[in-house]
Amino acid sequence: MSADGHLPAEATESTVVDHSDEDTRRRGLIGYLLLLPGGAWLALFFIVPTVTLVSTSLYDPTGSLATGYQMTGHWQNYTQALSDYSPQLLRSFLYALTATGACVLLGFPLAYAIAFKAGRWKNVMLVAVIAPFFTSFLIRTLAWQYLLGDNEFLVSLLRKLQILGADGYLLDTPFAVITGLTYSFLPFMVLPLYASLEKLDPRLLEAGADLYASPVSVFRRVTLPLAMPGLVAGTLLTFIPASGDYINSELLGNPRTRMVGNEIQDLFAAGDYPTASSLSITLMVAIVVLVVVYVRRAGTEELL
Amino acid sequence: MGRGGRWLGEHLVLLLGLLVLVYMFVPIFVIILMSFNDPGSRNSYTFDGFTWHNWANICEPYQMCSSVGLSLRIGLLATAVATMLGTLMAFAMVRHRFRGRGAASLFIFLPMATPEIVLGSSLLALFVSSGSAGLLGFWTIFVAHVLFCLSFVVVTVKARLAGLDPRLEQAAMDLYANEWQTFWRVTFPLVFPGILAAALLSFSLSFDDFIITNLNAGQEVTFPMFVYGAAQRGIPPQINVIGTIMFLVALVVVAAGEVGSRRRTPQI
Repeated sequence: MSADGHLPAEATESTVVDHSDEDTRRRGLIGYLLLLPGGAWLALFFIVPTVTLVSTSLYDPTGSLATGYQMTGHWQNYTQALSDYSPQLLRSFLYALTATGACVLLGFPLAYAIAFKAGRWKNVMLVAVIAPFFTSFLIRTLAWQYLLGDNEFLVSLLRKLQILGADGYLLDTPFAVITGLTYSFLPFMVLPLYASLEKLDPRLLEAGADLYASPVSVFRRVTLPLAMPGLVAGTLLTFIPASGDYINSELLGNPRTRMVGNEIQDLFAAGDYPTASSLSITLMVAIVVLVVVYVRRAGTEELL
Repeated sequence: MGRGGRWLGEHLVLLLGLLVLVYMFVPIFVIILMSFNDPGSRNSYTFDGFTWHNWANICEPYQMCSSVGLSLRIGLLATAVATMLGTLMAFAMVRHRFRGRGAASLFIFLPMATPEIVLGSSLLALFVSSGSAGLLGFWTIFVAHVLFCLSFVVVTVKARLAGLDPRLEQAAMDLYANEWQTFWRVTFPLVFPGILAAALLSFSLSFDDFIITNLNAGQEVTFPMFVYGAAQRGIPPQINVIGTIMFLVALVVVAAGEVGSRRRTPQI
């Protein structure tokens, strides 16, 4: 938090205090032993596969699963993947970015209301945020397929209001895909935002108002900077899964809304492992670059 | 500003927040409604009439209940293993000093920051290039699920453990409890809600996963894969019965957790 120096020491009563001071930590082998089983799992099934993915992405693309692949350092897989699939890659990031923006717009009022306005209904509202998330992701997306359908209430209403033309539709459009993405990842925005806002002492907001700050400048100068860690965490938790998702595009979109996830999945299904792997690595590298730039600019490196 | 204006100003955020909550529940209402749907034709996903038939004949769609069974088995097994491994890691991270803690915590964070499609494709690349493409099935799904649940378990248990007052354990030791007794009588009961929350999160992540599973499932069909397949062919209304049951179970579990934590917190 950048404004820490200006806060009274007791300002954050509800903060969970980190009691694990250096002196209560034990040295020695036991720490390694506790880490070993989980660490081995991560090494074997996360690090090793990532290396395999990189090497698969450099295989000679003329091979196949049946005949076996030759490792030829065929880096042209990458240029090929980029030239064939850059529209899908850009579209993924565009959709994910739009959905993340929409999640901020929807999530901020909700998180703020839960943290400051809900009173004794706070826990009920939190349960209400979490519960839909536990219901199957795919079934919820199918429910959106129904809600956005051509003969359903929403489309009829928008047609009547002349927002959509007489034969206008929502399903199978970029709008539908982004709606689905927004809905799918909204809880990932609300929960970290709430966690940040909850720690914020409402007296700071009152102090701002007492010092003749308008509500807008209280929001900009006090609320927003203090909510920044939650906002950054929320945008990452929304943007990253949204840019790799293909379910929303598949169920709510059309062939021209295909995202990079659709292509990777189909390439694997078709057995073109080298191209699929290089596209997958490209997606990962692009995300890492975007995230690092974003976190630097937001000034919250300590989160990573 | 009149009285009404001021009231609106005070409550505008709350109203907006409630509207967003309503929006979050709209698909849930659709799912519940559709679980009582009597579809006119096989492929229709419009509400054509009310019936109890779907609830009385949940397992009617071919292979649906066996896919639910598979998802339950994988979910329970993956949750048990991920919760155990992750809890041990969380203890190591919070309670022990060792070289490379920073690297370890980055290492734990990375799988959460990797898009599912990348995580799934790297596992598939591993299974295929190590010549075990023929093994794709229950155990490869299990391996993948433990992997992506693990980081979430570590983070959840770590948060609970870091919030624990070490003076409680010191007090136990002062009262002549040995390390073993202190752990089982003081530390573990205090950390247990965190472990339980981590297990519930793991189970729901595992039960609901599609993208990673779909790449590594071989011939097996989990419930999300069944739903995805059904979406291409025509959706049996019983899918919504399962969806409704999942929602109700989640509601009860989450609400029970809230009540439980409210009862426990005042003493600490």
